[in-house]
Amino acid sequence: MTTAILPARADTTGIRPRITGITAESVFVRRSLLHSLRDGESLSMAIMLPVMLMLLFTFVFGNAIDPSGKYVDYVVPGIILLCAGFGAASTAVYVARDLQTGIIDRFRTMPLRSGAVLTGHVISSLVRNLLATGIVIGVALLVGFRPTTDFGGWVAAVGVIALYILTITYLFAAIGLAAGSPEAASGYGFIILFLPYLSSAFVPVATMPSWLQWIAENQPVTPIIETIRGLLFALPLGSQPWWAIGWCLGILLVSVVWGAWLFRRKAGRR
Amino acid sequence: MQAAIEVSGLGKSFGGKSVLSGLDFSVAPGEVFALLGPNGAGKTTTINILTTLVLPDEGRATVAGFDVVRDAEPVRQRISLTGQSAAVDDVLTGSENLVMLGRLSGLGATAARARATELLERFDLGEASGRRVSTYSGGMRRRLDLALSFVVTPTVLFLDEPTTGLDTRSRRELWDVIRGLADAGTTVLLTTQYLEEADRLADRIAVIDDGRIAATGTPDELKGRLGGETVELRAHSGELLREVPTDGTVSGLRRALDVLDESGAEGTVALRRPSLDDVFLSLTTPTSTAAKTLQEQR
Repeated sequence: MTTAILPARADTTGIRPRITGITAESVFVRRSLLHSLRDGESLSMAIMLPVMLMLLFTFVFGNAIDPSGKYVDYVVPGIILLCAGFGAASTAVYVARDLQTGIIDRFRTMPLRSGAVLTGHVISSLVRNLLATGIVIGVALLVGFRPTTDFGGWVAAVGVIALYILTITYLFAAIGLAAGSPEAASGYGFIILFLPYLSSAFVPVATMPSWLQWIAENQPVTPIIETIRGLLFALPLGSQPWWAIGWCLGILLVSVVWGAWLFRRKAGRR
Repeated sequence: MQAAIEVSGLGKSFGGKSVLSGLDFSVAPGEVFALLGPNGAGKTTTINILTTLVLPDEGRATVAGFDVVRDAEPVRQRISLTGQSAAVDDVLTGSENLVMLGRLSGLGATAARARATELLERFDLGEASGRRVSTYSGGMRRRLDLALSFVVTPTVLFLDEPTTGLDTRSRRELWDVIRGLADAGTTVLLTTQYLEEADRLADRIAVIDDGRIAATGTPDELKGRLGGETVELRAHSGELLREVPTDGTVSGLRRALDVLDESGAEGTVALRRPSLDDVFLSLTTPTSTAAKTLQEQR
């Protein structure tokens, strides 16, 4: 063992180079994807739960809500958003765990941007949730989901879904930084996961009591749902897309700034 | 020759409570230097400042010739941290951990994989390379932790309580590994609560107490200050009746036995080597936190 560590090659001795470009980011994306893949519970939460919820809403509640049998067309955009929330919530847990175990401290003693760890979690969440969205849409098509839009409409709808996933993931990453432990992180997300129920995701706003209508119409999820639904069924969109994009970019900006501040405070040079 | 680590007048408080005050020491290149002290003495804070994780409130420190505050980046290019304050990734396999660190240390994908294989073999983790770290034993985890620090051989290696929580056998195995690393020429700063560990590994030891250095010297010098071994007289019930310190010489031992004989007490005698407790009690002030803790435990 004595001679064990004498380096075998010149590139493993002496001074580590500064890590530039996106090398650190790509290493951390790979790491986070491996984490996602091996975290069976969260992965099934992200993929199985959406499919089960959609089948539940379509076959159990669907006929009571809309006897014409077309409820699946109404509910799919809502299911996608609800599930993006569940999928993104695990980001908070991963980030909190990295802070707690001290692995971020190891990266901070190396010549690289340690904030790239967060980028890894965010990109991995985006990939995981887009995959789940694809599976939900696939199963929806099998059970009678029939969007009437063209290719451009699909691209725009997926774009809005991706923006929503990115936004909510960043929000959960910041929550993970703010929470003291992975357990607390998973608890804090509850309010956000509840928002889609109080929107036009499952029933039209007009069917709600008037005080609830006000909440439903003025919260971020409703314009996002209406935009996706409008794009998939070539409906008139009105000002909804502007509200949707505005809400997403606004929340994204707040989350990024809040997250950066928290990261400096919690993983900075105290 | 320029010092590998130079610390002068280092001070740090957390929430108004002073953790380090006026810490001074210097480590020569290639030296293995141990900071020996109990929990709360300031060992981990010292390591955190020297590895650029925490900013000092006052004083100054250089590592490999670079200021840890102003030139954090060049310091980070030359150090590795292993132990309590650094973590390995539980979800990844041993091999994946090493490849990840290799890529983050500037190796290409192929070189990182080659280096990982090499280190797994040499740290005796070859068979476990494809297993997730969460299935590793304490000793295997520490060996992987050390291997991660040698993906690129550092100029200065920081070992924060490398064997705390390990069983005796794993501890001895890890000592052999660390000794081997030190013999290969890397400067090592080690923190530990165990005198035996410092004794086995370090060229020089600094006893740290209440955030400052209480004494510095080679293991033999420190033990010399304690006057060698102590003769204990215990009653048959096991109760300690009398302790007589010796200077370690034959005549010293004879004098100690004479003292016990004259006291006329019945019992059995035993020779005890100086313990960490003895080092502390002799080197630190009776009012220090360390001394108080030890006295309460007695």
